[in-house]
Amino acid sequence: MSLGSSTATAGARATARGPAAAGLPGASRVGRRRRARRSWGHLLYVLPALCVYGWFVLYPLLTSVQYSLYDWNGIGPATWVGLENYQRVLTDPDQLETILHALELIIFFTLVPVALGLLAASLMHGLPSGPFVTLSRTVLFVPQVIPLVAAGIMWDWVYSSDGIANRLLELVGLGDLARPWLADFTTALPAVGLIGSWVMLGLCTLLLLTGISKIDPSLYEAARIDGANRWREFVHVTLPGLRREIGVCVTVTMIAALASFDIIYVSTQGGPGRTTMVPGVEIYRLAFTEREIGQASAMAVILMALVLVMIVPVQRLTQREDT
Amino acid sequence: MSPRSRSLLAGRGMLVLFMVLTLVPFATLFTTALAPQGSIPTGLGWPEDPQWGNFVDAYRVANLTPLLTSSLLIVLGVVPASLLLSSLAGYALASLRVPGANALFLLFVLGLTIPFESLITPLYYQVQALGLLNTRLALVLPLIALYLPFGVFWMRAHFLTMPAELSEAAYVDGAGTWATFRRIHLPLAMPALSSLAILLFLWTWNQFILAIVLVDDPTKRTMAGALGAFQGRYGTDIVLLSAGALLIMAPTIVVFVLFQRQFSKALLQGAVKG
Repeated sequence: MSLGSSTATAGARATARGPAAAGLPGASRVGRRRRARRSWGHLLYVLPALCVYGWFVLYPLLTSVQYSLYDWNGIGPATWVGLENYQRVLTDPDQLETILHALELIIFFTLVPVALGLLAASLMHGLPSGPFVTLSRTVLFVPQVIPLVAAGIMWDWVYSSDGIANRLLELVGLGDLARPWLADFTTALPAVGLIGSWVMLGLCTLLLLTGISKIDPSLYEAARIDGANRWREFVHVTLPGLRREIGVCVTVTMIAALASFDIIYVSTQGGPGRTTMVPGVEIYRLAFTEREIGQASAMAVILMALVLVMIVPVQRLTQREDT
Repeated sequence: MSPRSRSLLAGRGMLVLFMVLTLVPFATLFTTALAPQGSIPTGLGWPEDPQWGNFVDAYRVANLTPLLTSSLLIVLGVVPASLLLSSLAGYALASLRVPGANALFLLFVLGLTIPFESLITPLYYQVQALGLLNTRLALVLPLIALYLPFGVFWMRAHFLTMPAELSEAAYVDGAGTWATFRRIHLPLAMPALSSLAILLFLWTWNQFILAIVLVDDPTKRTMAGALGAFQGRYGTDIVLLSAGALLIMAPTIVVFVLFQRQFSKALLQGAVKG
């Protein structure tokens, strides 16, 4: 649910706008008193959502924490082991490594798409709007709408020994570099990461393009009058103007990197060896193959914490109300 | 050639390159799908004798009719319920005075950061305890809940943009909050609701991990989940797999192209409102 996450950012902003909206000068006192008086009844509107959310999200969340404190194979009796599962995850090199892989994927899921997205959005903004710009925007976005599983299958074929990646290398005389990219211990993780770059580029481009079009054109004029070249214009006008949009892109893509599952499950299953094993696939493996429910749950809790630890600073940096 | 037109040309060239890089995997999948079955195609260039029948075979082998039905049933179970619950809660949190509204909202927004993998193990045992494993309800119920953080957030953001005078006028005319919601706010929320519906359709259709964990029978899964099973069975026949993958992703691309404008608008509203 990559798009869904984008809203954390907007959420913070909308909250800040809430009180202002309720206090519009035209709000009549009668209406407001009526609303205040009925307030407990208003909970009834939230209650259905809250019940379903509580039943299938909050309750499992708590059970996850509970399972993480037990040694349990999912069928027999569970034994209380305290924080041992967490200790295992954080000290066992094999499991710790999955977290490092997830962090490494941030380069491909976040850094590359945001950088290339800035480039693509600047290019589109610089061109006269027309069918060409619309077409390129649409085409770049298509990878975001197909199932990630399909992306995994597609790239599995692109990267295979007979696939187009190797054929193209041979064509340009670099046949020596050809290899089954996803089966090679050194290239598997970057190769999987590039699938993420491919998926995320369109989303970042679209978000950043909208951001650019909201920047006051007079700022660009002023920069030009001051003799700024395109690079300085980009650094001093475009980048600061896009702070929020960059924040959204970084948040969304970072969650996608940390919580990656579909692409890796389909293309490498975490292999070769464990070179592409990430927390999402490891949770699945521990819980449904190894029947180590406690370990899987500890990993699940750590993954949730990791997401929060990574995105809260980004939100803070990019969503301040000042400037 | 003036410097300006040269830079425009360079910009176009760069964007064309981006487009080519985006489309190459689709193109190679397509040409592969047209190669003779059982062969090892090059994936490069148009096949000499395109085997269009591969798509028919893949349709039959992938059992696509029951699959489409299944995915549609799941979408029909998830989307309307999500829309209803989200708009009720979003309306109250934006336009009514609800005790603890900020805390409630925060509780929902927190859900946006939870990876699905982190809940999959407890969900499995919960669904098992309800006796729903291997049924479509096993996907529908959790998905409604998992999409609620986004839905509530989304609808609340929409209702916040509605001027308070609108409700005030209705209250003065003697309408209660329910009548105001039903008769005034819900009709005005149609664009926000339809955008949300498109996003939820795509996310449900593409949902993978829940499908493979909670439902064994591929014909009761979502499209993406079924594709996973298809890969498991026909992974060695790259031609058939390519044709199947294309058929399975086609509906999402069609929906995207048809609703492109609403889709981008939806996305942008959601992400950079303000």
